[in-house]
Amino acid sequence: MKWFDYAAPDSLEQAAELLARYPEARPLAGGTDLLPQLRAGKRTTPLVVDVKKIPELSSLTIDEKGALTLGAAVPCYRIYEDERVCARFPALAELASILGGIPIQGRASLGGNLCNASPSADAIPLLMAMHATAETWSTSGARSIPVEDFCIAPGRSALAPGELLVSIRIPALPPRTAAHYLRFIPRNEMDIAVVGVGVSLTLSDSVIQTARIALGAVAPTPILATEAAASLENQAPTAAAFERAARLAQQVTRPISDMRGTAEYRRHLAYVLTRRALEHALQAAAAS
Amino acid sequence: MQKKMHVTATINGEVQEFLCEPRQSLLECLRDILHLTGTKEGCNDGNCGSCTVLMDGRLVTSCLVLGPEASGAEIVTVEGLARGRELHPLQKAFLEQAALQCGVCTPGFLVAAKALLDREPQPSEQRIRWWLANNLCRCTGYDKIVRAVQQAAAELAATQGGMNRL
Repeated sequence: MKWFDYAAPDSLEQAAELLARYPEARPLAGGTDLLPQLRAGKRTTPLVVDVKKIPELSSLTIDEKGALTLGAAVPCYRIYEDERVCARFPALAELASILGGIPIQGRASLGGNLCNASPSADAIPLLMAMHATAETWSTSGARSIPVEDFCIAPGRSALAPGELLVSIRIPALPPRTAAHYLRFIPRNEMDIAVVGVGVSLTLSDSVIQTARIALGAVAPTPILATEAAASLENQAPTAAAFERAARLAQQVTRPISDMRGTAEYRRHLAYVLTRRALEHALQAAAAS
Repeated sequence: MQKKMHVTATINGEVQEFLCEPRQSLLECLRDILHLTGTKEGCNDGNCGSCTVLMDGRLVTSCLVLGPEASGAEIVTVEGLARGRELHPLQKAFLEQAALQCGVCTPGFLVAAKALLDREPQPSEQRIRWWLANNLCRCTGYDKIVRAVQQAAAELAATQGGMNRL
């Protein structure tokens, strides 16, 4: 790795000052993406800013309305070992338990997964389905960015130079609501998604009140399948309705062929995974 | 600035001080500065698990930790498993089950397996395989490693009720 300096500020103000002074500085949370990128020369930086000592980035809180504020540097294990998260946001706890292996989960954060802005990032489709927002801070103040607007190209986010992701905010799930993330990987664990799908469903009486569907690894950024989700509203949650929504979701994909799969295979997976994720979310929502 | 940083960390129960460049990984600090060469470098990007150590009670791949991040931390490496000349039950079981050939992955497997047994003294075979999924071995085919972990779990349960050795 090329030489860089290291700073570990313990307040947002100090961090924002450093990032303003060194626009090429890179925040460090778990380092599971950043360090391999620096080592491979894909990125260079004069300064690594370790953000784990900043309280706002290392805290996990649930407010009186039930909304979750997840510090951008909170490692995965703290998410799935938190009983409140497991009870109120089970899909998020499950997601945190499938990102990398146990030693990666000891360090990696969902905030880092978001900022890395990979098209195949596991966290992003689920966060989009759950109406999450990215809460940021810079010397010019705070900003809230819907997660669906956060990624602008592979590896590029909407963060301005000097702007730091502080936390991810996820609103409380309404009654009879469930989310689910489903991905396809060739092995059982520790792999990058060929396709990933995040959904959420809210039931009302015998119909679906609202739905969200987001897909990863099928376009340059994770995408929302808005029309597919809208097709489910006020519909009975039948196999036919899910089939139709999955076909609509498949239509908005723009996949590429690469070492993990062909474009055709990814389109097929987008359909299958959307249908299955919806079925899973339906069961969970009906039981909640 | 371009200067080395002073780091104080507890390593295998002893307070150690060292100077490192900010870009040096914890793995490099352990091996090249502290000469604790039990921890091995494999892929150097977090996939293979051969550099796995415990940091404040959590498994980490030490190639993905910067040396300065270890400041104030408690680190346990494979050198911290044996008690003097007495091997840890996991180390004995790995020998008895022939759970290694070339041995490069072994320190990572031992530390990861210790972390598992400290938390869950009687894991199922599936749980062992899931927990060790971040450790790659190209020699054994894994079955012998899983059997060794099962043997160590049984021995620990029989002798001391799964007493935590560290």
